[in-house]
Amino acid sequence: MAVADQPTRMFGQAIKRREDPRLITGKGNYIDDIKLPGMLHAAVVRSPYAHAKINSIDTTAASQLPGVVAVFTGADIAQEQNPLPCAWAAGGVQNNVNTPRALAVDTVHYIGEGVALVVAESPYIAYDAMELVEVDYEPLDVVVDAEEATREGAPQLHENAPNNIVMHWTCGNQEAATQAIDSAEVVVRQRIRNQRLIATPMETRGYVARYDAATGEYTEWMSSQAPHVHRLLLAAFVLGIPENKLRCIAPDVGGGFGAKIFVYAEMAALLYAAKHTGYPVKWIESRRENCQATAQGRDHITDLEVAGTRDGKITGLRVHTYANLGGYLSTIAPGIPTTLYGRMVSGVYKIPSIFVDVKGVYTNTAMVDAYRGAGRPEATYAIERAVDLFADEIGMDPAEVRRRNFIQPEDFPYDNGLGMLPYDSGNYEPTLDRALELIDYQGFRREQEEGRKNGRLLGIGVTSYVEVCGVAPSKWIGLMGEGWGAGLWESANVKVHLTGKVNVTTGSLPHGQGHETTFAQLVADELGVPYEDVVVEHGDTQGTPFGYGTYGSRSAAVGGTAIYKSVSKIKEKARKLAAHMLEAAEEDIVFENGKAYVRGAPEASKTIQEIALQASVAYDLPQGMEPFLDETTYYDPPNCTFPFGTHICTVEIDPETGKVNVLRYVAVDDVGNVINPLIVDGQIHGGIAQGLAQALYEGVVYDENGQLLTGSLMDYSIPRADMVPHYELDRTVTPSPVNPMGVKGAGEAGTIASGATVSNAVIDALSHLGIRHLDMPYTGEKVWRAIHQQ
Amino acid sequence: MYPSDFEYAAPTTVQEALELLRQNPEAKVLAGGHSLLPAMRIRLMSPPLLVDIGKLSELKGVRADGGVAIGALTTYHDLEASSELAQRLPVLVECASNVGDPQVRNRGTIGGSIAHADPAADMPAVVLALGAEMKVVGPNGERTISADDFFVDMLQTALEPGELLTEITVPPMPEQMGAAYEKFKHPASGYAIVGVAVMVHRGADGNVSDCRIAVTGAGPRAQRARAAEDALKSGMDVAEAAARASDGLEYIGDISASEEYRANLVRVLTKRALTRAMEQLR
Repeated sequence: MAVADQPTRMFGQAIKRREDPRLITGKGNYIDDIKLPGMLHAAVVRSPYAHAKINSIDTTAASQLPGVVAVFTGADIAQEQNPLPCAWAAGGVQNNVNTPRALAVDTVHYIGEGVALVVAESPYIAYDAMELVEVDYEPLDVVVDAEEATREGAPQLHENAPNNIVMHWTCGNQEAATQAIDSAEVVVRQRIRNQRLIATPMETRGYVARYDAATGEYTEWMSSQAPHVHRLLLAAFVLGIPENKLRCIAPDVGGGFGAKIFVYAEMAALLYAAKHTGYPVKWIESRRENCQATAQGRDHITDLEVAGTRDGKITGLRVHTYANLGGYLSTIAPGIPTTLYGRMVSGVYKIPSIFVDVKGVYTNTAMVDAYRGAGRPEATYAIERAVDLFADEIGMDPAEVRRRNFIQPEDFPYDNGLGMLPYDSGNYEPTLDRALELIDYQGFRREQEEGRKNGRLLGIGVTSYVEVCGVAPSKWIGLMGEGWGAGLWESANVKVHLTGKVNVTTGSLPHGQGHETTFAQLVADELGVPYEDVVVEHGDTQGTPFGYGTYGSRSAAVGGTAIYKSVSKIKEKARKLAAHMLEAAEEDIVFENGKAYVRGAPEASKTIQEIALQASVAYDLPQGMEPFLDETTYYDPPNCTFPFGTHICTVEIDPETGKVNVLRYVAVDDVGNVINPLIVDGQIHGGIAQGLAQALYEGVVYDENGQLLTGSLMDYSIPRADMVPHYELDRTVTPSPVNPMGVKGAGEAGTIASGATVSNAVIDALSHLGIRHLDMPYTGEKVWRAIHQQ
Repeated sequence: MYPSDFEYAAPTTVQEALELLRQNPEAKVLAGGHSLLPAMRIRLMSPPLLVDIGKLSELKGVRADGGVAIGALTTYHDLEASSELAQRLPVLVECASNVGDPQVRNRGTIGGSIAHADPAADMPAVVLALGAEMKVVGPNGERTISADDFFVDMLQTALEPGELLTEITVPPMPEQMGAAYEKFKHPASGYAIVGVAVMVHRGADGNVSDCRIAVTGAGPRAQRARAAEDALKSGMDVAEAAARASDGLEYIGDISASEEYRANLVRVLTKRALTRAMEQLR
């Protein structure tokens, strides 16, 4: 195992998160903690139909209820606001964009779409009044399945999207893939489904909006992963006001998992309500609303064709996917099944000929957008199932098939032929070797063989994955084909005050990632100041430089690099000032561990605190030097980063009930250099839990009328602590050459690998019964039926 | 979520509680609140008055007097912690420890669970298997209802309007007695997709002299698996008897489990519960 380059004082230290004492003792400041004088409370009347025309809305009775201040409809708000924007019009998305409005105006397209907003003196009154809003609906035919939605005669959701197609997008080489498959020794074909998931952050969404009639300025507190982007999109596209007339603030955010990246209808509706009532207005999403109306994840139907030789070489791959995007396009929805899925579907393997065909589809369901891993868990599930199917077909050990097809260390930077940026660095085999060793792969295979003789169902599943993180070079992601509507850089300001204390303001912000700790470690280390002296500020568009938000495991690699570069600029200025203070030539000054000294004479040095004091009082500065140590960086990464690893788990299935019991779970990840191992391990733990939950427990169910049957946590299963296994973690370290810290990103790795890992283990446990594939989630009944239908 | 307006009363005597219920036929009794409050939160129920019986301390606790008497307000946690039960009826401890999580067990009560009669609740199966009796008081005084007569249909019991469940009594047990509860949990709710409670007695001749098997989760209410009981009493072994456990029951099928799968779980869990119960016989 490699080691991090030059572990220093703070970089690489597993220190506890400084956020936690306040967050776990109830002293955090979440949206519902915000109380403003005169604040009103909003509730959203939502459609009970998945597809219906709105003939009329009668708000009279609701308006007359004592304590109700206003009731707004979609028609009211449409006079002043535009529909929400789609910010990632990936390839093929052109004139068929349909995005929601603050409230539906004439048609609803999924259960839970908002049709009216009640504003009252208390949330109780608002909920009472909701029951008095009378909406006359004319139900329309419903389609919830993406493939069915594209068939002749299916209900049509939007006039500009014939056959409900959002986009038909391809990548790779169709001719080569066809040739490879047609001429192959072995071809395996399988349809797989990656079921729909609800993100389920512990804190649901919530917003507080305020309007200052004197200045015409809005303020919105929001549970958000991207307040700067929300300000830009709401101001410029929805409200049509200058960006500087809206301030967005994300206080503590209780989880997002992607679902809080997006601009939501309620954000816009609340701004309208604040303006038109003249009072601040709060809306807190209930858990049922979160299940119905917050953007969901995954929902792919995929036909896999994998071709290869009998000696285990994969020679071709063809993938056709229907991606269900829901009733409208959410903010970045089209980019997920294209750039982040299609271009990553070859995984860690050197496959000569690949073709990917993706259809994005409208259906009468909640919108689908990025959810932890966003496209890469779907890609990993597809390729890792494909590899196991191929291994099964040729009778070769699945770990061996992986080994024979890995991209090799000398192949980096590696172009996968799918239009993805070159993989930055990698060394895949050591992660497989280490994981096999930790789980005692051969030992388990023997136990499995013995167990089968006694009717035990034991399985082992291997997944090797690569993902794309640290998104992204603006000039690539903003290309016509990629379709991202802006840049993807990050920024940071670092100030060293007169006292030597440091403030970092960053466009990047946490919703559980521990930025305040990790970024302070980074600054303390680079600047040579005590960790305690560094304060990290974030989340308020007034006072922090622009940032594109926290998602795609990008904060350390992109936001962290912006901080690193700001600190470097400060060090450079400090060096110049120190030369002046030490009466030495600038080129002779070394800055190291918080001290500047003449090379070779460290005894006469100036500390960063002394230099900061001199820079701040400013009565003796070199000619032309500005006072103060204060530097800002806007950092646009030259490439993405590509973390990787191997996960293996073992399962035992109860043959009588079908219940899957995970015996052991081993993860060997390579996320580049690690700033805080405790936080990274926590991210891996949470990530594994989330993917394992997809494999074993979670899954959105809509009936044929588009009714959501998993509309509460009594029906939709997210795991409790006793429903996940102990995790055995290790890591290799292959630094990224993309950024000066060599970090890659760790927020999604666990989720990307674990769904496929558990899947492969469950199917391995059943393989001797002739079972080739089962779709997640592996509920007791599904597995029991598979066993007993053989 | 926000419930509709409701009034709240906290009587300090049973008589006072009964009077409030008599005067307010739409009122609901609040015990631990772990079924009622979630229903009110989503306005599935909007009672105008909650009669909180939490102050009726005479309804709390476990008493042993030949049999065992359990106050309706006894929490799951208190059942788990009861040394009387651990000694005499450990199946109740086992069942209570299978309910929800610690927070739920600190608040939820045995009486609340039985009176609410959720089709997937744990306690109804166990009291039915133990042949318990429900002591109730109402406008017409006190009466006793056997567990066999108590669970009428989904969320419906033999309680009349205005009646209050006060105590659950389990008759004295012979020394040669075994009992067990097996549960297949719904991964989201933690309720039983199927739960099976069994009780077996052995007579002086060494044969099974009595057997009661009660199933929750499979159908609209807790039900006896009489075919399996009869089979075991007639001398069949556990496997043969358990294979009949699913016969003659009513079933519910939904997205969490089909009728067919529930019937399978009834057979499997009956086998496992009976096996454990038989092992307890000396």
